[in-house]
Amino acid sequence: MDKMLRNFAIGLVLLIILAPLGLLAVGETFGEWGSEEIKEKLGYVPQGLEKLSGVWNAPLPDYAFPGGENSESLPLSAAAYILSAVIGVVVCGGLLYFVGKKVARD
Amino acid sequence: MHIPDGYLGPNTYIAFWIIMVPIWYFAGKKLSAELRSKQVPLLALAAAFSFVIMMFNVPIPGGSTGHAVGGAIVGIVLGPWAAVIALSVALVLQALMFGDGGITAIAANCFNMGVVIPFVGYYTYKFISGSTEITSSRRVIAAAIAGWLSLTLASFCAGFEFGIQPILNHTPEGVPLYMPYPLSVTVPAMVLEHALGFSILEALITALIFAYIQRTDTSVLYGERSRSLKKEPNAAASA
Repeated sequence: MDKMLRNFAIGLVLLIILAPLGLLAVGETFGEWGSEEIKEKLGYVPQGLEKLSGVWNAPLPDYAFPGGENSESLPLSAAAYILSAVIGVVVCGGLLYFVGKKVARD
Repeated sequence: MHIPDGYLGPNTYIAFWIIMVPIWYFAGKKLSAELRSKQVPLLALAAAFSFVIMMFNVPIPGGSTGHAVGGAIVGIVLGPWAAVIALSVALVLQALMFGDGGITAIAANCFNMGVVIPFVGYYTYKFISGSTEITSSRRVIAAAIAGWLSLTLASFCAGFEFGIQPILNHTPEGVPLYMPYPLSVTVPAMVLEHALGFSILEALITALIFAYIQRTDTSVLYGERSRSLKKEPNAAASA
């Protein structure tokens, strides 16, 4: 069990380091277009979509530093991507570890 | 498959909040009733793993990109109810902190990826495994099929939710208010790119991790704990 956990943890660290590979996939994702992409496709932006799409401003939108001016620089976007992965692992793992320890039976 | 804000109308996303609140409540109750402290690190790792695996965008022919979720293996290892909690935590963080998936669509995304995937994954694995030995290679195949089927069905759900928007939400003139494409576009688009692409990746990940656990310590698998617990006192008695 302990050896397995250690190996899983090592695997997770490797995944974090390799995460920027996910940036190399360029292309659109069906149903996740931005307003401009929709406008290009349809010639208009559906009213409700336009209104709702700005309802939340994420601190690190699309796992990048806010502002978007650094999206051209691969080292910067790779750094933001790794930082995002670290935040994800620490928050998800930390929260569930803490709550899990509190509610666990034995 | 992270539905952003603006693609689902209020009638749809509110319906999913109404569906998800009792599911989260029950999953939480089940988790606190069943979770053993030995399992806690695994639960934490599972959420962290699925968070990161969803960042691995892979391209498929046709110019589209997407990712695996890791939800099937989490369901097989932790059980589907614990997986609901682990995956929901990852999905909520992705929405709040990274804008991956909408705030309004959190419940719909948690349903598609956090409920459909682990439940379909777990029960597919169970069904195909039958009563075979825990170390049987048939179970590796079962895990692979569970991974493929669960992500593909989840993509169907997302495609369906997208496609009913023009029917449910349009102006009096018939102009769509949210997702503009009809079912005949959204369902094939979502299902095909998953079935032929991302679900294969999910199948590989599920089978690979399952095979590793099979070789290392099968007592961590959901439902196998009680069996191994029963064995231990016997082994102690005979020693």
